[in-house]
Amino acid sequence: MAGLSVFQKIWNDHIVANEGDRFLIYIDRHLVHEVTSPIAFRSLRERGLTVRRSDLTLATVDHNVPTTDRAKPIDDKLSAQQIEALRVNAKSNNLPLLDYQSPLQGIVHVVGPELGFVLPGVTVACGDSHTSTNGALGALGFGVGTSEIEMVLATQSLWLRKPATMLVEIRGSLRSGVTPKDVALNFIGRVGVGGCIGYAVEYGGPLVEQLSVEERMTLANLTTEAGGRTGIVSPDEKSIEFVYGKPYAPQGEEWDRAVNYWKTLKSDGDAEYDKSVDIGVSDLEPQVTWGTDPSMVCGVSERIPNPERFRDHQQRRKAEKALEYMGLKPGTRIDEINVDAVFIGSCTNARLGDLIQAARVVVGRRVSPRVKAIVVPGSQLVKRRAERLGLHRVFIEAGFEWRNSGCSLCLGMNSDRLAAGTRCVSTSNRNFENRQGFGVRTHLTSPIMAAAAALEGRFIDARELSLGNVGIGG
Amino acid sequence: MDKITKVTGVALPFAYDNVDTDQIIPAEYLKITRREGLGRHLFNNWRYLENGEPNPNFILNDQRYRNACILVAGRNFGIGSSREHAVWALADYGFKAIIAASFGDIFYENAAKNGLVCVILDDKELDTVRRAALNQPLELEVDVERLLISYSGMELRFKMDQATQNRLLTGLDDIEYTLKFYSHKIHEYEAKKPAFLGPRKVDLEGLEKAFE
Ligand code: SF4
Repeated sequence: MAGLSVFQKIWNDHIVANEGDRFLIYIDRHLVHEVTSPIAFRSLRERGLTVRRSDLTLATVDHNVPTTDRAKPIDDKLSAQQIEALRVNAKSNNLPLLDYQSPLQGIVHVVGPELGFVLPGVTVACGDSHTSTNGALGALGFGVGTSEIEMVLATQSLWLRKPATMLVEIRGSLRSGVTPKDVALNFIGRVGVGGCIGYAVEYGGPLVEQLSVEERMTLANLTTEAGGRTGIVSPDEKSIEFVYGKPYAPQGEEWDRAVNYWKTLKSDGDAEYDKSVDIGVSDLEPQVTWGTDPSMVCGVSERIPNPERFRDHQQRRKAEKALEYMGLKPGTRIDEINVDAVFIGSCTNARLGDLIQAARVVVGRRVSPRVKAIVVPGSQLVKRRAERLGLHRVFIEAGFEWRNSGCSLCLGMNSDRLAAGTRCVSTSNRNFENRQGFGVRTHLTSPIMAAAAALEGRFIDARELSLGNVGIGG
Repeated sequence: MDKITKVTGVALPFAYDNVDTDQIIPAEYLKITRREGLGRHLFNNWRYLENGEPNPNFILNDQRYRNACILVAGRNFGIGSSREHAVWALADYGFKAIIAASFGDIFYENAAKNGLVCVILDDKELDTVRRAALNQPLELEVDVERLLISYSGMELRFKMDQATQNRLLTGLDDIEYTLKFYSHKIHEYEAKKPAFLGPRKVDLEGLEKAFE
C-alpha cells in the first residue's frame, strides 16, 4: 500500500463519520471574528443552542477595526455595532475574546499560530478564506461561510467533501530580494486563480524546508488565491520549535507526547497525490501584479502585457478590462509605473520577519513625497516585538505611518480606504477591483518591493537594493 | 431550507470569468447583522454609476432580463473571500441557480447551504447556453432530480456530487441533521481525543496583563 501524505493523515485522524463522499470532520480549533460571525450566533441563539466547545474557540476583532489610536472610540457606527455584537456573543457563550484594546489583538490568522492556539496536526475552521495560512504549521485550515461557522459553533464539526491532493515541489534557491511572496504570485500566475480549485495543496521540496515558518505562512496563505481548498506543509523541527512555549501550546509531558505525534505526520516518501507540480525558482525575479486578480502578474523587469497575446477570448477581454481599470497601457515597463500609496500589512505579509525585511530596505532613507505609506502589523504582539527592535523608528523616521493591527487596507472595510484612482502597492493577497476603496488600483508585491516602491515613488527591482541592518540597539 | 427539485425561469448571460465575491458584494455591505436586503447591492460597483444611477451598460440593468433567476456565468465563479453575503445577495436579488464552468470551493458550499443551485457545465456547453441566452431572453429549466438542463428543446446533462444534490432535494438543515443522527459519534470521537492536542487552559486576562 502506498504511503500517506500529511493531508491524508490529518484528515483520517479527524473523521467522525461519513456518508458516501461526504465526511463529518472534527474541528479542533475555531477562530471567530466580528464580520462573518454575527448572523451565525444569532441563528444559533434562535435554535436555543450555545457554543458546544467554547474551549476550542477563540475570537478576535480584526476585519473592520480602526488602526489608529486605540484609546479613541470607533467612529463608524456599523463597525462598532459588529464589534459590540461579538462582545455580547463571546460573553454569553463564554468565549475568549481578543478585544479592540487587548495587547494580544490581531488578524485572526496571525494570532492563532502566535498564541499557540493552532498546533501542528489540528484542524482549523474560520470564517475567512485565508485559513489555509495555518497550514504552515502542519495544521489543516478550512475557510468557511457563515452557515458553516454556525455548524462548527453547534457541533464542532463540518461536513466536507474530501478534496483531491496536489503536491507542489519547489526547487532551487531564492536570489537576494526575492521572497516566498514572489514564488506564490508566480505560481498563481502559472496555474490561474482557479488552478487549485478542489485541491488540498501540499508544499514540499528543498526550498520549503529552508523557509522559516513565517515564510511558509505566506505560501500557505496564498493557496487560496489559486482556488485551493487548503494548503499545508509537513510539520518538521521548525514548526515544532515555532510552537514551543506559546501560551496555548502543551507543556511538560503533554508536550513530549505532542511532539511524538507530530513527528508521525510528515508525508511518507511514497505518498500518492492526484497531481504533482514541480517548480524551479532560482531564476525567479520579484513579481508585481498588473491586473485585477492575483494571476495577472509579471516579473519586475517585464512590461505590461498586450491583451492580444492571450489566445483565449475570455482571457483577452478580462485583460483589456483589467488594464482599463488599472489605468495601464500595454508595453509599459513595470519600473516606469509611479505609485501613490504603499500598504505593508495583512495576514499574508505582516509578521515580524516581513517587517524586518521591509525595514532593512527603508532604514536611513525617506519615503517619496508623493507617496502615502502605512505599516499595519499583523498583530499587536508583532507590533510590540517590532518596537523592541526599534523598527517603528525606522519606519516613522522614513515617513511611514506606524499603525495598530487589523486587516485594514487588505479589504478596505475600515477608514483606511483610499481615494478613487490611487495606485497602491500592497503586500496583501487580493488586487480585485475596488478592494482597497472604490476605483483604487492595487499592485501586489512582497514587503521588500513595497518598501522600495515607497522610497522611489515607483517600482524598482528589489534585487538591486543594498539592505541595511536593523534591530541593533533598537 | 425549502426543498428544491427544479428551477425554471429566464437565463441571464453573464460573460465574465473569475468573478470574485468582492464584486458580487463589496466589503462595505458586510457590516450587517442580518442577511436580508443585500440584493440591492448585488454587483454594486458594476451595477451603479458613481452618481448612484444604474449603469446602462451593465447587463443586470437590461430590462429584457429584469426577471431573470438563472445566471449563466463563466469560469471560476465566486472565487476569493468566503463571505456568504455573496450568496445571500444573489438569492435576495432573485437568483435561484448559477451555471458556470467552475466555482470557488467555499462559494459552492455556501450556495448549497442556502438552496442556490450551482450547475457545472464544460466550457463548450456553457458557451452554447450563454449564446442562446444572449440573443433573446431564454426560458431555461434546471432539474436537480434528473441533473438535466433543458431549453428550447435542447437537453444537457450535468454532474453534481451526491451530498449536495441530497441536501437540495431534501432541504435538510445540516445542524439539525447532525445533532439528531451524529451527536453520539461526536461524543465518542471527543472521548478518544488525546489531551495533548489541547489547547492548554489559559487565563487570558492574566496573559493580557503580562503583555500590557
Ligand atoms: S488580512 Fe485580509 S485576508 Fe487576512 S484575514 Fe484580514 S481580510 Fe482576510
